[in-house]
Amino acid sequence: MDNTTRYERLLDRYREGGLPRRTFLGLIGASAAAYGVMGGPFSGFARAQDVKQVRFDGWGGVVSEAFREHAFNPYTEKTGITVVDGTFGGADEYLARIKAGQPGEFNLAHLSGVFDYARYHHQGLSSVLNEENIPNLANVIPALQDVFRKITDGTLSAVPYNYGTTGLAYNRKHISDEEIAEKGANILIDQAYKGKIGGWSDWKTRIWYAALQTGQDPNKIEDMEAVWDAIRTSRDTVLKFWASGAELMSLLAEEEIYVTEGWSGRIRALQDQGHDIGYFDPPGGLGWQECIFVLKGSPMGACEELVNFMLEPEVAIAVAEGQFYPPALDPNKVDLGKIVPSLPAFDPAGTLASLNFFEPEYWNSHEAEWAKQYGRVEAGY
Amino acid sequence: MDGRASAMRPWLLLSPALATVTLLLVVPVMFILVYSFWLRTATGADTSGFHLDNWIEVLTDPFYRDILFKTLRIALVTTLFCIVLGYVPAYFIAMSRTGNKTLLLLLLILPFWISYIIRTMSWINILGASGGLNSLLLTLGIISEPMRLLYNEGSVILGLVHFLLPFMVLNVYVSLEAIDRNLLDAARSLGASDLQAFREVTLPLSMPGLAAGALLCFVLSAGTYITPVVLGGPRDAMFANLVFDAIITQLDWPLGSALSIVLLVVLGSVVLVYNRLVGVGQIAKSFG
Repeated sequence: MDNTTRYERLLDRYREGGLPRRTFLGLIGASAAAYGVMGGPFSGFARAQDVKQVRFDGWGGVVSEAFREHAFNPYTEKTGITVVDGTFGGADEYLARIKAGQPGEFNLAHLSGVFDYARYHHQGLSSVLNEENIPNLANVIPALQDVFRKITDGTLSAVPYNYGTTGLAYNRKHISDEEIAEKGANILIDQAYKGKIGGWSDWKTRIWYAALQTGQDPNKIEDMEAVWDAIRTSRDTVLKFWASGAELMSLLAEEEIYVTEGWSGRIRALQDQGHDIGYFDPPGGLGWQECIFVLKGSPMGACEELVNFMLEPEVAIAVAEGQFYPPALDPNKVDLGKIVPSLPAFDPAGTLASLNFFEPEYWNSHEAEWAKQYGRVEAGY
Repeated sequence: MDGRASAMRPWLLLSPALATVTLLLVVPVMFILVYSFWLRTATGADTSGFHLDNWIEVLTDPFYRDILFKTLRIALVTTLFCIVLGYVPAYFIAMSRTGNKTLLLLLLILPFWISYIIRTMSWINILGASGGLNSLLLTLGIISEPMRLLYNEGSVILGLVHFLLPFMVLNVYVSLEAIDRNLLDAARSLGASDLQAFREVTLPLSMPGLAAGALLCFVLSAGTYITPVVLGGPRDAMFANLVFDAIITQLDWPLGSALSIVLLVVLGSVVLVYNRLVGVGQIAKSFG
């Protein structure tokens, strides 16, 4: 019997009333003393007892609500470990906070894309997950895991959790399905809609779409000047570069804009609210996956348990239905129910072969230069 | 010995305030200053040392200079609007002889009870394509399609004026309230009209409050970050937005630190000039 099992049995006996509180605490205290004096078999007790809470940071909004309702509250009920639920506006802002904080202050984060995984790893923030503690990882689409393993020498610092696309969202009152299919990414710089176009104020997405608009492979751009010119055209054509999902939804719902790139799940949420908003992934459109990243210095046992809990099919599916993004679970291994297959970007094959992702090494190698230049171009240069 | 103790006493009495200012202002600014001489490497890590690269870039690149001038221009226009729009209600409240003065002052500070971001975002519901103003004008048949009122420099200035107007009104009100009414009566008894009495007595005596309000409005608007983000378009970034981009988006803390120091020095210079001409003590009077 391993230490964790011993501890769980002890905890179960205490919860079921078979062990007085004083005895339980005494045993835990003895284990802590044993750990302090000589380490050994009860050392895990002491560490487990230290973990009263873990901190999770995510995107807020409906995503956080779904996590709280379907994952964190049941997890706390089961383990007694509180999940402190924080939010961030983006991986950039979150990285700045981690940099300013103490090791171990931040534990788990719902990060976006392979790009961020690589970036956080290069910043020395990655951990090594003990996959034996995450049996539900076996249900996760292998293609989503493989891209992470390539970056961290075969190990994982995160588990893939969901995926989606950043496609074209358009108001059907003003733009037909045929028009969007015909114009594709170029509709975002179509002068006919000047002042009625939006876009995400994210340098990577802007460059990706500008590459498509200039007929280039976003993961192998050859004419960067053409890309910057396309972004300048976009800047002078849009009404607003939005900065959050809430702003995206507001701009579309209030008809401030007729077309923009949008996140598949947010657009589905708008559709469910009754807005006649279409969604189209243009050729070369952008796919992404999100992961639950465990940061270096976190209590790994508690984090791995939470991650495994979050990957339980019923939890992952409930979260997916709440946030409108397909879960990373392999549809060939798990029955995903009726709603998930209807979500935008869902891949019934479970290979994600039709989606295009940021090539992490390529984008990371240009990050410093392009992020800075984008800031200038967006501000009018 | 007594003399030395007497000489030390003011410093002892001041020491809590000095310690607070040192810990909360001087030390953080020193950290930022030191950071501005570091460098960001390609991996995102910072290299310590004494490098002038960030300062050369910030001081020679026209991009930063232009955005700084634009920021100061927007702050100046905002301040002028606040002066014009703030004086009238301040005068009305100060000269009111009814018992409702307390209520009027309460109404003046009521917006402070609502989050600045929420107040700023409220303009989207007023000025948006399907917002209150456009809907009203469309219903009345004055316009045939919604006007574009949001996401431009005008909406940024409007949001700033909305945010800063109470600061101006309070400052002017305090100055007006302190004016001896007998001076006005004296001016009138000497043949001055109401307008002349205002121009020759009230206005000059309220100038310190006006100047204090103007300083606050100028400094706060020049350092704003939220308003351009919420109400501005792509070209409406202000200097604080550049600091945000450098520190958060680009994770370039050294460059962001240099930009922060530039803004601090520019706005600090404005305060110094003001202090030379008017004296910063006037601001304290506004807060009682």
